[in-house]
Amino acid sequence: MLGVDVEKRLGDFSLSARFQSGSGVTGVFGPSGAGKTTLVNMIAGLVAPDRGEITIDQTVLFDAARRINLPPHGRRIGYVFQEGRLFPHLSVKHNLDYGRRMCGLPPDAAQMARIVSLLDIGGLLERRPGKLSGGERQRIAIGRALLMRPRLLLLDEPLASLDVARKREILPYLERLRDEVGVPMVYVSHHAAELRRIATSVVRLAAGKVEAAGGKELLDAADADAIL
Amino acid sequence: MRSERHGSPSQPWTKPNGCRLLDLSPDEWIAIRLSLRIAVVATLVALPFGVAMAWLLARKSFWGKTLLNGLVHLPLVLPPVVTGYLLLISFGRRGLLGAFLADHLGIVLSFRWTGAALACGIMGFPLMVRPIRLAIEAIDARLEEAAATLGANRIWVFLTVTLPLALPGLIAGVVLCFAKALGEFGATITFVANIPGETQTISAAIYTFTQVPNGDAAAGRLVLVAIAISLAALIAAEWLSRRAGMRFHGE
Repeated sequence: MLGVDVEKRLGDFSLSARFQSGSGVTGVFGPSGAGKTTLVNMIAGLVAPDRGEITIDQTVLFDAARRINLPPHGRRIGYVFQEGRLFPHLSVKHNLDYGRRMCGLPPDAAQMARIVSLLDIGGLLERRPGKLSGGERQRIAIGRALLMRPRLLLLDEPLASLDVARKREILPYLERLRDEVGVPMVYVSHHAAELRRIATSVVRLAAGKVEAAGGKELLDAADADAIL
Repeated sequence: MRSERHGSPSQPWTKPNGCRLLDLSPDEWIAIRLSLRIAVVATLVALPFGVAMAWLLARKSFWGKTLLNGLVHLPLVLPPVVTGYLLLISFGRRGLLGAFLADHLGIVLSFRWTGAALACGIMGFPLMVRPIRLAIEAIDARLEEAAATLGANRIWVFLTVTLPLALPGLIAGVVLCFAKALGEFGATITFVANIPGETQTISAAIYTFTQVPNGDAAAGRLVLVAIAISLAALIAAEWLSRRAGMRFHGE
């Protein structure tokens, strides 16, 4: 269970968000500039809120009043960035293994094999990220975040940099992830159709405020786009 | 005649087989070996400081950063004699730092090859810091963020992401510092003088040979050696950084 209750000012923009999310996929939905990325960056520990608290299960990740602010490397939260951010100097295999090594977890060949087959990346393991397609890169970024055994997976517009065909390629993997892996996810997107397929609950964000939180009915038809 | 002046020319270890190639005299060999030793030690000792300084200048903002940056680059623009003189009055036996090092740690730098290494290291330092700093600045800081979310603390982020990605700049910095250290003349001769076998580097030896009658041939031989070493260092650096660069862009 993720609990977020934070405030943050960034120049003229102010973000104030309060919501809770459980298992399944929480879709954070809203137009560009609504503060979605700032929100997930605060959950990941990359941006510190001005006020409020962030908890996950019984662990306090951030609490301004008690001056608690766990650094990103102490949070065990997987993060799939919009642009993948694979390490260019490491092979795909070492990219996948990076989080496990940094978290000090023992090698787990079975888990590796499971994620590799789930994401269909077995043929890419010896290659370097430089020559991969956008879709392949995003699948590896997802695998890399999963293999650190996170307690929560953040996905920030993971399909935004891909063309329509690539989006269609990745979405089934994300659905399998949701149905088979059991890690709670926070999925940020400004595409209603994308979230309609993947999310189990929705937080709607606009101009730095939570407009509504609830089920998929919040993705009303007016927001639908023809891309997916 | 030279060997009389410079003393102990005929120790067996100063006569490798390569002597015949250029017909280098034992003294010349001593100068070459000394130069290489000074340049290698100066570069290796400067490297951790250079990397730390480059990281600080590239990634941190703090009060006095401009001044620190200026201080690092000062040896590049000051007359080398001035740098050497400053070293002499601070690291000489009677200097503040020199007296402390000699009395408490037993380290004497003035008129020793270690002092030459210090002078060369300081002269090469700005040339080392600059390419490393540029390389670190060119690294996408978002990759370092990604590493942090994957569980890497600051030190591991630096060792596994920042440093490997800055490798081409690191190689360039090492080679520039090494080349500068190998050829440094003004600061070294001011600080540690020109003592054969202790502080007489290739440059100082060439200078000495140009000041004595019939020294032209010896100076010429050392000039050839200096060119050869510098070229070899440049080619090695080119090859290494191309290899390092290749790793990032493809298979």
